[in-house]
Amino acid sequence: MNHIITGTYFLAVLLFIFGLKLLSSPTTARRGNLIAGVGMLFAILITFPLIYLQYNQDPLFTTKILVMVLMILLGSVIGWVSAKKVPLTDMPQMVALFNGMGGGAAGVIGYLEILRGHGEFSLKVLAALALIIGTISFSGSIGAFLKLQGWIGDRPITFPGQQILNAILLLAILILAFLTLRDISYLNLFTVLPLILGFLITLPIGGADMPVVISLFNAMTGLAVAFDGFAIQNYTLIVSGTIVGASGTLLTFLMAKAMNRSITNILFGAVGKIVGGEAKDRVMKEISVEDAAATLAYANKVIIVPGFGLAAAQAQHKIKELMDELESRGVEVKFAIHPVAGRMPGHMNVLLAEADIPYEKLYDLEEINEEFSTADVALIVGANDVVNPAAENDPNSPIYGMPILKAYNAKNVFVIKRGRGRGFAGIDNELFYLDKTFMLFGDARDVLSKLVQAIKRF
Amino acid sequence: MNEVWIALYIFMLSAFTGFEVISRVPVILHTPLMSGTNFIHGIVLVGSMIVMMNAQTPFEVVVGAFGVFLGALNVVGGFAVTDRMLEMFKGRKK
Repeated sequence: MNHIITGTYFLAVLLFIFGLKLLSSPTTARRGNLIAGVGMLFAILITFPLIYLQYNQDPLFTTKILVMVLMILLGSVIGWVSAKKVPLTDMPQMVALFNGMGGGAAGVIGYLEILRGHGEFSLKVLAALALIIGTISFSGSIGAFLKLQGWIGDRPITFPGQQILNAILLLAILILAFLTLRDISYLNLFTVLPLILGFLITLPIGGADMPVVISLFNAMTGLAVAFDGFAIQNYTLIVSGTIVGASGTLLTFLMAKAMNRSITNILFGAVGKIVGGEAKDRVMKEISVEDAAATLAYANKVIIVPGFGLAAAQAQHKIKELMDELESRGVEVKFAIHPVAGRMPGHMNVLLAEADIPYEKLYDLEEINEEFSTADVALIVGANDVVNPAAENDPNSPIYGMPILKAYNAKNVFVIKRGRGRGFAGIDNELFYLDKTFMLFGDARDVLSKLVQAIKRF
Repeated sequence: MNEVWIALYIFMLSAFTGFEVISRVPVILHTPLMSGTNFIHGIVLVGSMIVMMNAQTPFEVVVGAFGVFLGALNVVGGFAVTDRMLEMFKGRKK
């Protein structure tokens, strides 16, 4: 029986690795997730015979199993329903939330192992590490969720001495870890401090940087799970946790690289706080839908730059209609996808794919940037920071150095925007004040459907 | 002592596997992949289940049960979110 159990765990890990491999290619990604899901199901089910064999002498055995199954069902139902019900645009914060839950679970294992574990001292050290990392990931992810959800505002929150406070907290945590391992009565204080630290780490992060930070917390949860695995001597947890820790770390760097930022800069740079002078005496020029439609209908080439506003307005089907309408008139339509458009890398691709816009029409930053100068119109739909020229010419700007889409090179720039406010990073956008830029204020879906109607009349 | 070394070897090889297996991921899959790895560390549920059985006092059972609840949320929510993201890619095989 022991071989069957161990073998099943082995198979589960194999399926995880295979699933992860498939997850890194668009055509097989969904199958990859399903395969990892099968592995997970095996691993969870085989755990029941394992605990039966090990603990059936326990007088509380039946009670514990009943409570356990109840908790699994409760967590599953809540997890399933909330994941299925939230709108697609809120997916990023759901990833943060569920990651936080995993971090919390990893922290709980560490907590109980320190409290109860009959293992040797070195195993308790590992349990303490799992407790620290898991708990930071727990509260940090919840902070990220609250920020992306807009419940505590997605602007960075900073105060003097913030980094010093965090450093002191970290030091205190390490000292308390040491004390706790000698005297168990410090355990609760030792648990609370990482909770505070995780939250404090998230506070100064601006909304635009949040995906990278969520990815970092994701890698941390993986690592915490691996340490738990060491503490309870379970190879399945060690291998799966380490794989997630490593791939999550790599992914964090890849995401930061796509934004031309470094991890330290994101964590300690407090980008996104409102900087720069007061609004100058400049106006954004508006254009009527009819005028804009005429320019679009008679253009040779239109490049559409989608951003978060498109996702927020659920306007992906309208943009497809606009594309069809323009193409039926012989206008060449291309989509320029900035790596961090929307709130997550790949956000726009997923959204446009849903509206059946072919992959071939989506172009990366490097592929499309030369083409803006040959475009008659750059149509910006709810994007802001990713087309802000300040990233190229204002060394004081917090987004300076981030590669942008050179929409300003197009002959005309039309901007569909909800209001006159600033973008996610909280900075003003020069592009909107250029002579060739015209604004179409309103909800992206409304404006686009009016545009489509107007174009039909030409 | 021997077991510690075996565990370290496993740790090292797993870390390499994690790096290698996703090293060529296109940008459009960054978010779904993050979500997918988020699902995989839901394996923490298995650890929570074992640790809960190990609990001795009512307090420990309650804490353990809380861990199991969090782990189940991670597993099921992580899977469902990833699947929803990837639904968008269906039928677009080339």
